Amino acid sequence: MKRRDFLKVCLAGGATATMGGLCGKAWGSSSFEGYPDGMGVLVDTTRCIGCRSCEAACNKEQKMPVPEVPFDNTSVFDETRRTDENALTVVNRYPSKESGPVYRKQQCNHCNEPACLTSCFVNAYTKTKEGAVIYNSKVCVGCRNCMIACPFNMPGYSYSSAFNPVVKKCIFCYDTRLKYGKPPACVDICPQEALTFGHRKDLLKLAHERIRETPDRYYDHVYGEKEVGGTSWLYISNISPDQLGMDNTLGNEPIISNVKDFLGTVPMVLTIWPALFTGIHLLATRNKDHHDDHANHSGQEDDQP
Amino acid sequence: MKTIIAQGMKTVDSMEKSEGKKWTLTEKLLLGLPLPYYIGQALRNPFNWFLALVFAIGIPLILGRFAFGLSWVTHSSNDYPWGLFLGFGLFAMVPLSSSGFQMGTACELFGRHDLEPLERLGLLNGLLGYFFAVVYLLVDLGQPWRLPYPMMVSFGPAAVLFLVAWHVATYLSVQIAEVSASFFEWIGFLPGKKAIRKITLGLTVAGIILSTLHQGALGALFTYAPGKVHPLWYSASFQWLYFFVSSLPGGLCMVITVSTIASRTMFWRCDERFARNLDKVTVSLAKGAAMGLATYLTIKLIGVAHDNKWSYLATGWGAWYLFEIGLGVVLPLTLFTMAIRNNMMKLIRLSAILTVFGVVLNRVNTAIITFNWKLPHREIPHWRELIVSLTIFCIYIAVYRFILYRLPILYQWKGVEEPAAALVPATAAEHVHAGGKHIGEALPAATYCTSAAQEAEEY
Repeated sequence: MKRRDFLKVCLAGGATATMGGLCGKAWGSSSFEGYPDGMGVLVDTTRCIGCRSCEAACNKEQKMPVPEVPFDNTSVFDETRRTDENALTVVNRYPSKESGPVYRKQQCNHCNEPACLTSCFVNAYTKTKEGAVIYNSKVCVGCRNCMIACPFNMPGYSYSSAFNPVVKKCIFCYDTRLKYGKPPACVDICPQEALTFGHRKDLLKLAHERIRETPDRYYDHVYGEKEVGGTSWLYISNISPDQLGMDNTLGNEPIISNVKDFLGTVPMVLTIWPALFTGIHLLATRNKDHHDDHANHSGQEDDQP
Repeated sequence: MKTIIAQGMKTVDSMEKSEGKKWTLTEKLLLGLPLPYYIGQALRNPFNWFLALVFAIGIPLILGRFAFGLSWVTHSSNDYPWGLFLGFGLFAMVPLSSSGFQMGTACELFGRHDLEPLERLGLLNGLLGYFFAVVYLLVDLGQPWRLPYPMMVSFGPAAVLFLVAWHVATYLSVQIAEVSASFFEWIGFLPGKKAIRKITLGLTVAGIILSTLHQGALGALFTYAPGKVHPLWYSASFQWLYFFVSSLPGGLCMVITVSTIASRTMFWRCDERFARNLDKVTVSLAKGAAMGLATYLTIKLIGVAHDNKWSYLATGWGAWYLFEIGLGVVLPLTLFTMAIRNNMMKLIRLSAILTVFGVVLNRVNTAIITFNWKLPHREIPHWRELIVSLTIFCIYIAVYRFILYRLPILYQWKGVEEPAAALVPATAAEHVHAGGKHIGEALPAATYCTSAAQEAEEY
């Protein structure tokens, strides 16, 4: 905690002095496990029938353009889609030998320690106490480092906009619903109760309970419980995460832990380098005072026979 | 140009056109040639026609990017957010520009005055490389007009990019200050040059700190994507060291490459000191580059061993990795060692070009080619993206050449002492008062005149 804070001061110089509020951010601590009252959603793929009504609800709630292919068309499942500027959530179909095809809804997982947030140099992202990772398009410069950093490849960018391109990602319906304690639009509409909204810690219990009660129905893993430091959206399924197209090599450390090796060197370099190199300068030019700065001159002298 | 000089035309290399008559700014801009001659030499140069062709196609495309958005010039990929503009433009230009701080450090801090004939070229190479890296960045940013935001509007101080932004901005100013010494000579503003001279040590030390950190930080940017960069190009502990260490030979070899091109294509501009010392300095730089390459190769191997990634070497990615290391590191290192020992200048220069290629390939590999190695599809840049990248690179070459033609980079400005002498009375009076000597002002003033003139000459 202290090292990071020191670092911030070093980097921002006087600028951060007035920004004390920043220090209370989620990433200020190295072992942040989410806000105690953070909300989440449990996705149970065994209940999902691939009706795409969550996609439609999201489209309407977030006022996205109406897509060319209507939401009741299931031909979109023929290929694997990803989220983009016009679709903050998509459902994909994955084949499974044990059962029929499995459908998985994907959207921003709202990490406890989001990589997008920690990689953003204008602090455009905020992890709210309700658990949502929201985005401020007013300050976004468009470097797209967050898209590089996101381990789930979720953020999309409105590349087609010339004058106001912004990052588009699920914000947990924060402005319109979550803020008021209401579940996001996708959860509200789901006819199968494949999506359960609640406190993250309760959802974790629920997920493990379901697995324990009907072990032959589930693969014993709650995806998002520990991955990259934990996410607000959790997945349980009858097949393993990698069969569901989810990366099972991410590890349990938040992304920022990888960066700390470098960040730790910053204060060291700032402190030691000036002394080291001026010291070397003094040594290198010792006894050479008359010669220092005179090289051009001596070069000219060489010319003379 | 050669023919014109053979005809007896004189090019600008001092304040004075002839006895007591100064060059005007226009004359300086035209290199001291009459306008028809200047245009004539420009039209005769086939490279200018190539540039004209590239600009004719590329500049409308750059304008189009700002009018129609990024999706018009790139494939606007959500999976590959960084394309050629950053993968090549930012990540490759910055390491090749580390020459600025290295030459500054060697000459100013370590007292290696023998490298001075190429010091200014090194500094200029640094400044232009950084400047155009920022140009590439501006083309790539979604909302480039918000570039000052991390400095003024909203701060994300825990982000590596925050450090890069601040450091590159600060370092650009440091480099402008360092290079401005030549500019002040050229426009004949010696107080400015003296002021810079006084803060050189501070600037140089600042240069080392900023360079160490942001060269490394560019590597550290990829530690945000541990699963996306191929393991052979990725190492949480070594990533920033890979980028920092490889930037050292990269920058030195870029100076060798540029000085080679300059001495071949604009020999008229190089003065006798430059021409005489070029080979000697090149060998010194090559020695530095060889040591850098050796260090780089070592940490690359340690990195693979550290994370036990040997098995990846047997895959297709491994073959590509070995190609990069073989052609871009091992081969130039071997050639350097051989060539330096036997003083084979051509081979040294070839190895330098190989090293530059190796550094560029490494950055492009990390940022684009091996990025998202787990995803089934690879991103091939849009043709407009290729042309825009080429165009910016050509603007870089054109600006580089424009400055080399004019400012005293490859040659020494002659007769700096005369304008300095004009300043002497004030300086002398100051000294005299400070010394408390009011008598015989004429004599000390005359002495100071001479010493100031000498001083100016030395600068």
